[in-house]
Amino acid sequence: MDQVMHFEYAVEGGDFFNAGAASSNVKKILKKLNVDSHVVKRVAVALYEAEVNIVAHAYRGKIWVDIDGRRIKIILSDEGPGIPDIDLAMKAGYSTASPRVREMGFGAGMGLPNMKKNSDHLHITSAPGKGTQVEIINELYESHAF
Amino acid sequence: MNYMNRTLSETENFYHALLINMELCAGCSHCMRVCPTEAIRIRDGKAVIRENKCIDCGECFRVCPSSAIQVAEDDLATIKPFRHRIALIPSVFFGQFSRKLSHELICSAILQLGFTEIYEIERTAGFLAEKQREYLQSGECPNAAISAYCPAVLRLIQVKFPGLVDTIIPLKPPVDIAALHVKKLLTDRGVPEEEIGLFYFTPCAAKIAALKSPVGEEKSLITGVVNMNSVYNQVLTLISQEGLRDKSPEAFPSPGKTGILWALTHGEARNIEGRALSIDGIGNVIDFLEKLEDEDLGRINFLELRACEQSCAGGILVSGNRFLTAEKLYKQAAGMNELVKNSELTLDKAYLERHIRLSKIQPRSSLALDSDMQKAMEKMQRIRSLMSALPGIDCGACGSPSCQALAEDIVKEEAEPYYCVFKPEYSSLGTMHYKDELYRMSMIWGKEKFSKIKKKGNDNDRE
Repeated sequence: MDQVMHFEYAVEGGDFFNAGAASSNVKKILKKLNVDSHVVKRVAVALYEAEVNIVAHAYRGKIWVDIDGRRIKIILSDEGPGIPDIDLAMKAGYSTASPRVREMGFGAGMGLPNMKKNSDHLHITSAPGKGTQVEIINELYESHAF
Repeated sequence: MNYMNRTLSETENFYHALLINMELCAGCSHCMRVCPTEAIRIRDGKAVIRENKCIDCGECFRVCPSSAIQVAEDDLATIKPFRHRIALIPSVFFGQFSRKLSHELICSAILQLGFTEIYEIERTAGFLAEKQREYLQSGECPNAAISAYCPAVLRLIQVKFPGLVDTIIPLKPPVDIAALHVKKLLTDRGVPEEEIGLFYFTPCAAKIAALKSPVGEEKSLITGVVNMNSVYNQVLTLISQEGLRDKSPEAFPSPGKTGILWALTHGEARNIEGRALSIDGIGNVIDFLEKLEDEDLGRINFLELRACEQSCAGGILVSGNRFLTAEKLYKQAAGMNELVKNSELTLDKAYLERHIRLSKIQPRSSLALDSDMQKAMEKMQRIRSLMSALPGIDCGACGSPSCQALAEDIVKEEAEPYYCVFKPEYSSLGTMHYKDELYRMSMIWGKEKFSKIKKKGNDNDRE
């Protein structure tokens, strides 16, 4: 039977000091699993964006990571204001970070489009006033050229 | 190409310049604790270097209290067979001497050692700076392009950051350009190749390793490598014997400000327009590369990364204090023009341009637990369960640098769980017999650790 590995991370809203800890950890795991460096990079970038979004916008959140021999599935769930218009947020050039947060050096201004670009499958659901759920799935074997 | 197997290089042999002298090694584990790539273990009372993890940075050399870590070098006698014996010297070599000794006197001593000519390698730095700027403006330049200057950093990237190999600027460092230039100059004059011996005075072990098994190059033009610390001693010995005459300064053109500063921190970045960062110290470089992999740091034009603090002035084979060496060079450069005319005139730029490129640098990741992802996952699960049994104090008594490293060693069948003094396997089975315990510890630390011989505080103590 295929191995499945599970990791969990807690993220505190406003904890900019530790922002990126989960993506850094997942990156190290994938390197040890001999995942191709281009795939590692994509996962790290997508997860970093999503993680920083929780820090910058939400009160708190959790990250669940499942890795099987073929793919990595990441679910991020936060308690926060949610995204009122996901379609708008997905448009290129739109950043989920406020100008202030961007000035702070977080969320380089690419926001959700960057997350989409770096994930094979991205699904976002949000309930305004309650929170946001993000699902990222990436194949671990490079199936096409990037 | 099957990329699953590409990064594993267990079968490839890379030359390493750092060697452990088993006679001198006391198995004290100082080296194991400072190795930035966790390449060292203690077995049978001696330090052992894991070749696939070692990047030849020399941090172990700095801390060894027994002088047991040695740097391979070519004997000065190897220069003899060549009619033209050229000393390729980096500016930090001159930086380590007292300001009272003239450049000319030092050069005279080097000639006295048997060299026929001296070439300061950073005379090619101005040309390299020009080529770097051209590359950075070209379409093929990636974001956050990394200079190929520091050989330990190149190896670090290959071993620990394989995803970044494509961001290394494929331009050779000054010493290789100097070798190309000098060889061309002599062969153009009709000197047969076999009469030319090019000898580099190295400030570090990584450069020796790089020249013996080049990264991104077929074969090095350098004939041999001489360690700076041994030439330093010989030069001072000759000078102390006096009778040396200063040669005229014209015979040894200076590399100018660009060249003199090149090997110091910010020496490359200072020539670059835009956002250029210079980072020195292997720990700082690793931290930065981790960050570079994790985050989007925005547009960065150039990264100058050096393994040693104060860059080459802090090389392990440089005598004296790194800050004083750097200070002397800064002072020397302050009064100079960027480029000294003499140093540029003779370069055959068209020829050098054709040969300045490094070929593609291959990753050789030492990180993967197994080339098969399923097996790697099984191993990682085992490591995780071992980690929950290990104490997490990273005491190193098992002969591995950390609990994590021991867990990985166990899974790779390079260590046993009972190496841990907390005995994760035996804790539920009652106490271990004293004799077994002694045997286990002597397997890791050697029998001598249980006797009074060769230790501080006993009758033979020389300190």
